Amino acid sequence: MTVEVRLFAVLTDHTGWSRQSMDAPAGRTVEQLWQQLVQAHPGLGSLGYRPMVACDCRYSDWDSVLDDVQEVAFLPPVSGG
Amino acid sequence: MVILQTEPIDLASLFEQVRGDGDGAVVHFVGYVRNHHKGREVRYLEYHGYDEMAEAEMRRLADSIRTEFEIDAIAIVHRLGRLEIGDASVAVVISSAHRRPAFDACREAMDRLKRTVPIWKKEFFVDGVEWVDGRDPC
Repeated sequence: MTVEVRLFAVLTDHTGWSRQSMDAPAGRTVEQLWQQLVQAHPGLGSLGYRPMVACDCRYSDWDSVLDDVQEVAFLPPVSGG
Repeated sequence: MVILQTEPIDLASLFEQVRGDGDGAVVHFVGYVRNHHKGREVRYLEYHGYDEMAEAEMRRLADSIRTEFEIDAIAIVHRLGRLEIGDASVAVVISSAHRRPAFDACREAMDRLKRTVPIWKKEFFVDGVEWVDGRDPC
């Protein structure tokens, strides 16, 4: 199974990409996926905060399981307006 | 009505669409791009969004404001892309029979938009470029 991972704003400065498909074996949680990202891009681990999480365009929790999720997004504190 | 757009915001047309003959009040808020942030001179801004979710969040926001306040209609518009100093970046327009719920709803809608709608501001200063940290209360 794969899940589409979306990153935004300052997070993309740490990875160089904003969208990527990643493997998500059954039972994989948002938290575990994030840890995988932090390992590959250590800058994400030193943000000083945890981003918000959205699954399929809805705010979601870190312990959400990705089995039925098409797209998971990590959102730094929003600053529209 | 919620809109994400790169084109300039047409306030007059929003007023027309929101106001009905039963409305005695139309209250609006418009946010503009200013030329300074924390003592630094800003040249221009870029707004980046998670478009699909931003639109969904704006719709959820409009629905909840309509449910919670005695208003008639609400329009929320946010611009994306490059904006120059003095450009309108966001507008909330609310109509109601009487003024008080429209004022209250307008303030609440803007406060929630700034907390929940996934849009980010990138500031281009005369001396650098930075993403605005949404945790700053400004």
